[in-house]
Amino acid sequence: MLKIVVCVKAVPDPKLACDLKIDPVTKTLLRCDVPMVLNSLDKHALEAALQIKAENGAYICVLSMGPPEAGSIVKECMALGADKGILLSDPCFGGADAYATAYTLATGVQKIGDVDAVLCGMASSDGATEWVGPEMAVMLGMPVVTRVREIIVGNDESWEVKSALENGYRRMRVRLPALLTVTRDLNAPRALSFSGIIKARKKVITQWRLDDLGVSAETVGIKGSPTIVTEMCAVDNARRVTFLEGTREEKAEQLLQKLIEGGLL
Amino acid sequence: MNHDNNPIWVIADQENCKLLPVTPQLVGQARLLADVLATSVEVVLLGEGIDTHTEKIFAAGADRIYVGDHPDLAMYHPEVYTDVIVKLTLEHHPQIMLMGSTSMGRELAPLVAARLETGLTAHCIDLRINQKGILEQKIPAYGGEITIVCPERRPQMATVAQGVFPSPSPEGGRGGEIVSIQGPFLPSDRIQTLELVMEEPDGIPLDTASCVIAGGAGAGDLQGWNQIVELAAILNAGLGCTRPAVDEGWAELDTMIGQSGKMVNPETYLGIGLSGEQQHMVGVTGANVMIAINSDKKSPVFEQVDVGIVDDCRDFVPVLLEKIRKYKEQQTSCQ
Repeated sequence: MLKIVVCVKAVPDPKLACDLKIDPVTKTLLRCDVPMVLNSLDKHALEAALQIKAENGAYICVLSMGPPEAGSIVKECMALGADKGILLSDPCFGGADAYATAYTLATGVQKIGDVDAVLCGMASSDGATEWVGPEMAVMLGMPVVTRVREIIVGNDESWEVKSALENGYRRMRVRLPALLTVTRDLNAPRALSFSGIIKARKKVITQWRLDDLGVSAETVGIKGSPTIVTEMCAVDNARRVTFLEGTREEKAEQLLQKLIEGGLL
Repeated sequence: MNHDNNPIWVIADQENCKLLPVTPQLVGQARLLADVLATSVEVVLLGEGIDTHTEKIFAAGADRIYVGDHPDLAMYHPEVYTDVIVKLTLEHHPQIMLMGSTSMGRELAPLVAARLETGLTAHCIDLRINQKGILEQKIPAYGGEITIVCPERRPQMATVAQGVFPSPSPEGGRGGEIVSIQGPFLPSDRIQTLELVMEEPDGIPLDTASCVIAGGAGAGDLQGWNQIVELAAILNAGLGCTRPAVDEGWAELDTMIGQSGKMVNPETYLGIGLSGEQQHMVGVTGANVMIAINSDKKSPVFEQVDVGIVDDCRDFVPVLLEKIRKYKEQQTSCQ
């Protein structure tokens, strides 16, 4: 049976992301004010794993790195049908850039052991780098296909997938074990069911700290990050707004005139 | 090792033997950085039948080009390309390596960075050299701009979207050294590209549209979004969006405007139902007129535009559409 690891991330609720502030001292994000939710693209990665499980059978392990509160999103994944949930959580892991995050997660995948496939969302809504998946793949010695929008055939040996390009796609065959990052075109994630939530209540999340991973504190978190944030500044905008006034009709009329003046009509 | 005089590298990006505009743009910016550091600009160009591009790359400011012109390099392959670039890097030790935030760069950059165990900054909107000779990589975040550096590990790696830096005016007659990269380039048996399929994009292409409309979460639902689609069609405008519209499934990822998406420079920009987040707004440069529609007068978007309309776009856009239709009918009947 395939053993699939799905990497997920707790991100600040994108609908409230405007409220996020940077800590001027530690130069990391202060996230306490904004509720954390499961990164939307990661839901598609989990859904892909659940569909493979339904068709061919698979053991699904959800892996996340984050503060203890991120346990709630791991629990959510278990309620959706994951068999096991692991949270990598340790104060040392804080302030990690993409490289240190990939390293920590890769160490977690190695500790899980005998993994056939790792699925990740293409990017997170807060970082938006797309780096963690491919960097993990290198660290795990696995081939990677990014931006997977369709899994055509999946067996125990190799998978055929479509990877999205800007104006098209690549059809690729990749040998397992492999890492895939997925786009939202891949599937429509299922909704949480009441029975799933009840069942997940009894499941326990495994927490691994630095010692459990057996790596040095120098290689994780802010210490293990090649990049650092040095500065944060406000941006000045040169434009001054003029509001169109009046009723809706009048405002639409004024805008129409502006569009005509601008040569758009 | 003293890195101060080590070169700055740009990894060239070509598709179907056509050099993408992001490559000369990056070479032009690399030239500016190299002049500050008193070092050279070197480009890695991989593909097949690509030697015609070297003139353009030299004219943009390169001093040396490593050319891998070989059937095994014809199509981008993640493992083969990574191997070639990592091997060259370990031989020549560039201090900075730049790639485009393109289909290739988004996958290749993290593969190379992880192999070289170095830092990588995504989708920069500016690159400068600080007083210590270190590359400052600027990205928009949280209502401002943050600076990221990679102080110790090398190369300092960054990706930049097409259109962030201007296309340099070519310096004719400027030449340089061509170094041919020798194979064999062993094909990887772990990943195979079986087929490459190009699809026709819908609507007006965003990068060349003189009017760009961007829609956001304020559209409310698919019905509200379709009103914006209709508006873009009637105005012959390119239709872009912010991340929430992609998350909702109304719009394609390829049409997302901003730091991690497309850069546009239209004459007129119309933002509908979006809040003016920095990550989106940095994607719009050089517009003569910027207009926004948002129901909240205090929305940050109104600090970044010339014309503001405070209204719910779900109510306003249909009224505007009706007026445009009537105007067009009048125009036709006059002819």
